[in-house]
Amino acid sequence: MKTLFTILAAVAVVLLGFGLYQAFLVAPTEATMGPVQRIFYWHVPLNIIGEITPYVNMLASIAYIFLRGRNQLAARRADALAVASAEVTVLFVGLGLIGGILWGRPAWGIWWAWDARTTSTLLLLLLYVSYLLLRRFSDGPGSRTIAAVLSIFAGVDVPIVFMSIRWWRTQHPAPVLTGDGEIDPVMKSAFAWNLLAFFIWGIVLIWARYATLRREQALAEREALQLIGVA
Amino acid sequence: MTKARHYLSIVLLHLRKELHLEWRSRDAITGMLFFTLLIAVVFSLAFDPTSNPTLARQISGGIAWIGLLFAATTSLNGSWAREQRNQVLDAHRLSPAPPSALFVGKALANFLFVTLVEVVLVPVFVLFYNIRPLGQASLLWLILPLGTWALVLNGTFFSALSLRSRNRDLLLPLILFPISIPALLAVVNGTTSVITGEFDPNLWIRLLAGFDIIFTVVALLLFGTVLHAE
Repeated sequence: MKTLFTILAAVAVVLLGFGLYQAFLVAPTEATMGPVQRIFYWHVPLNIIGEITPYVNMLASIAYIFLRGRNQLAARRADALAVASAEVTVLFVGLGLIGGILWGRPAWGIWWAWDARTTSTLLLLLLYVSYLLLRRFSDGPGSRTIAAVLSIFAGVDVPIVFMSIRWWRTQHPAPVLTGDGEIDPVMKSAFAWNLLAFFIWGIVLIWARYATLRREQALAEREALQLIGVA
Repeated sequence: MTKARHYLSIVLLHLRKELHLEWRSRDAITGMLFFTLLIAVVFSLAFDPTSNPTLARQISGGIAWIGLLFAATTSLNGSWAREQRNQVLDAHRLSPAPPSALFVGKALANFLFVTLVEVVLVPVFVLFYNIRPLGQASLLWLILPLGTWALVLNGTFFSALSLRSRNRDLLLPLILFPISIPALLAVVNGTTSVITGEFDPNLWIRLLAGFDIIFTVVALLLFGTVLHAE
């Protein structure tokens, strides 16, 4: 497992470097926005992955609630996965927002606009920050179950947030990749490389945090066992 | 059928108990009422509603709901905290009664309390902010209960979630506000549309109804898990 992790991490680093090269040197400069458009090669992949990881968190939480009375080991694993994916959500969505803010200033003339996507992405970030805060504030028995319940609420809330905010206002550029807009194929391939790089990087980060959390759980377990004099 | 009636009777039992307890002290209602009143007054100092009638019309709905949300968070924690005294919560855990009935009873009681606060508050806002609704005022009969239920449902559920945490009073708004934002957005926009008459509130009413249905189902399904979390 450790070798596989090392290989995956190395692949992610190489791909991130290659993506950087593709975005800066290979992809052509966009006609209207100029070089500032290149921020999309990070901003979009970060946000795409940041919108997938909440569901990893939700599925892991459902698995935790389902497993906790049946299989302790599997339940602990699901719980660690839930925390790791929530942390990566906060990291990726946060970085994506920073990228968007940096792009907004030259492109829109303002750092921040309360349009549909910026608002709903910010709310997505807030939801998972609140999940991590709940984990921090509550300890002792039951805190994992409670966090899992909140995670299900958050997962249900995410699509409602996106829908409601879309009805509310729209200023963000319409999706270019799936829309009618014509994109240079070189740009497309540079984007695809970056998406792949960030995808693997996200897996590496979740894996690393998962492994750390599992060790923390094992440590806490051993301490508890020592306290009652079993081990 | 008997099962449904049995469930309903337990819900009513919890509701009656909540109303009884509140009637003895009247803490929650008095507190919420005064809190929201204060918010109305403080905001009217921040801008002058008398000389800016259009602005007053546009923002008074938002101020009223934010005031109610803040007021509800201050009193909702108390509604579970009293279950902790004398290990009442443990008794609930041992009881064979369905756990969600306890939740529904409590949520209904809180719904009635917040509705009562609204009944007093609406005339106050009309008076202080010189509001004359330009839209279809009868829609408020739909918007107010739907919005109140969204607020109270999540509030009651999350205050049960934060029971076991340190910093309980701090934690409730931190987890309640992000989840409730779609409902808050819908209820504020719905109310504003009734007051200003500038746009159609139908979309927002539908969003509120959807939010209420979805989260009522999720809360009913998960409350047992929360109660037996240990």
